[in-house]
Amino acid sequence: MNSGKPLIDAAFAGRRGDFSLDVAFEAPMQGITALFGPSGSGKTTILRCMAGLDRMAGHLKIGSETWQDDTAGLFHRTHQRPIGYVFQEASLFPHLSVRKNLTYGARRAKPDDNALAFDDVVGLLDVGHLLNRNPGTLSGGERQRIAVGRALLSQPRLLLMDEPLSALDRQTKDELLPYFETLHRELTLPILYVSHDIAEVSQLADRMVVLAGGRKLAEGSLVDILERLDLQPATGRFEAGVVLTATVTAQDETYNLTRLDHQGQTFSIPVVDLQIGEEVRLRVRARDVALSTERPTAMSIRNVFAGTVVEIREESGTAFAETLVDIGGGRLRARITREAAVDLSLQAGKPVFALVKSISFDRRSLGQKPT
Amino acid sequence: MEFAELWPPIRLTLELASITTVILLIIGTPIAWWLARSEASWKEVVAAIVAVPLVLPPTVLGFYLLIALGPDGPGGWVAGLWGGRSLAFTFEGLVIGSVFYSMPFVIQPIRNAFEAFGERPLEVAATLRASPWQAFWTVAVPLARPGFITGAVLGFAHTVGEFGVILMIGGNIPGETKVLSITIYDYVETLQWAEAHLLAGSMLVFAFAVILSMMMLDKRLGRPGP
Repeated sequence: MNSGKPLIDAAFAGRRGDFSLDVAFEAPMQGITALFGPSGSGKTTILRCMAGLDRMAGHLKIGSETWQDDTAGLFHRTHQRPIGYVFQEASLFPHLSVRKNLTYGARRAKPDDNALAFDDVVGLLDVGHLLNRNPGTLSGGERQRIAVGRALLSQPRLLLMDEPLSALDRQTKDELLPYFETLHRELTLPILYVSHDIAEVSQLADRMVVLAGGRKLAEGSLVDILERLDLQPATGRFEAGVVLTATVTAQDETYNLTRLDHQGQTFSIPVVDLQIGEEVRLRVRARDVALSTERPTAMSIRNVFAGTVVEIREESGTAFAETLVDIGGGRLRARITREAAVDLSLQAGKPVFALVKSISFDRRSLGQKPT
Repeated sequence: MEFAELWPPIRLTLELASITTVILLIIGTPIAWWLARSEASWKEVVAAIVAVPLVLPPTVLGFYLLIALGPDGPGGWVAGLWGGRSLAFTFEGLVIGSVFYSMPFVIQPIRNAFEAFGERPLEVAATLRASPWQAFWTVAVPLARPGFITGAVLGFAHTVGEFGVILMIGGNIPGETKVLSITIYDYVETLQWAEAHLLAGSMLVFAFAVILSMMMLDKRLGRPGP
């Protein structure tokens, strides 16, 4: 990473029973960095160490501030760290109204020039109508929005989110994600986002730290990490895929399609409510991509991209082969059978056509352009 | 029947129970907090010591208290500070005895309440800049309120009903150590059934009224304000 810019610099090592953790990573002071991995990978432990809720040997620097440095015997306790923490369960205080929950941390916050105003946060999360309610009467999604607002109003310099969506059902997740995207767009606050859901990470994150078994497997930009076929065991099969940055070029009202341009290649997807010229991230799952060695004609698939095979990885003991295809600028992953790979004699450097069905895209395939 | 004769033991009993309950809330809360939160291996030893009065015959507790409060015990030394000889057979002695006797009834419900809500609310408070002290007052105490109410009611009621310990360490000095339960015992001994009925019946009504009002209060307070 750029050495001159202020960074989040974290390193923790330690044991908890059978589990051992030894991870060091960096994150920029802006955007969303995902700590991604299966359960037991140590991602929540790292987040808790960053908050000071757990303690392991190591160090933590947030820009010019040091919150933990074992060589200097320095350790700030949780209440001395200007963080916001959103737990998996909203954990609202049941004895306080929604309004008092929101202002609980605000009372002790040290406001600065970037202070978030109560009305702005309430507006951003659309919770104005809930203020006089009792937390027990809120829905899961509403509770989690209040928890986020409560964290923001304590004026944090770093927002830590521990699987804030995983306790919610699919519908509530879809209802909440746009709010998180709004936070991402409207706030300069760096966010560390723990998740085991690659779809969620693909939609929200800018950077990823991939964890497994208490160790770091990789860290880097979301786009780069998702293109790495060697991380397949960690990123999973079913939801594996890449994200591309694309610009909305047209809304086809006759066929209800939205056209997006990615470096000269056009994607047609079922219509989504976006402005022409808007830049978005488009997630393309590996299992939705097929390959052909000739340009197919007379075919229902709308998205056909000429490209070249960059890499192919056969998964021994399974039917599958994972391929990475350069389509002139961006890269697509395609999950095909090993048999097809042999029949088409696929190998690195071979020209191919990548085919993606338009209907494999939906609102969840879109996110904000990664920063 | 002389009402004037009935009033002093009632007042004395209410004073004793009130003072005991307040003292137990003050010293019992930190003990309950420590028992709920500490990871020390020997905390159950402390918990057992606190709980001993539950199973000990009151006369045994009273016997040891009598020795401790007497002229040769620490109680005698304390009494010496203001020229007294002993804390036994004094109101102060009764308060000390009642504190020991009713301690488990106050501490146990508060400890349970502190344990019931777990670490999470305190962690949330810490992430919202609340120091442990602030988190205790703004989160732990309000969340444990039912435990405090139960503890206070049980501690009060249990002190009101105390008999064996008081008989051992307080005796039967009118206006000083003659509490309700002993007065009723005296009336029965002397076959004054009418007076015994009146006092016993009043205590029954009082106990019921206290419990009922506490329950209703708890239900009302159960809703957070705006």
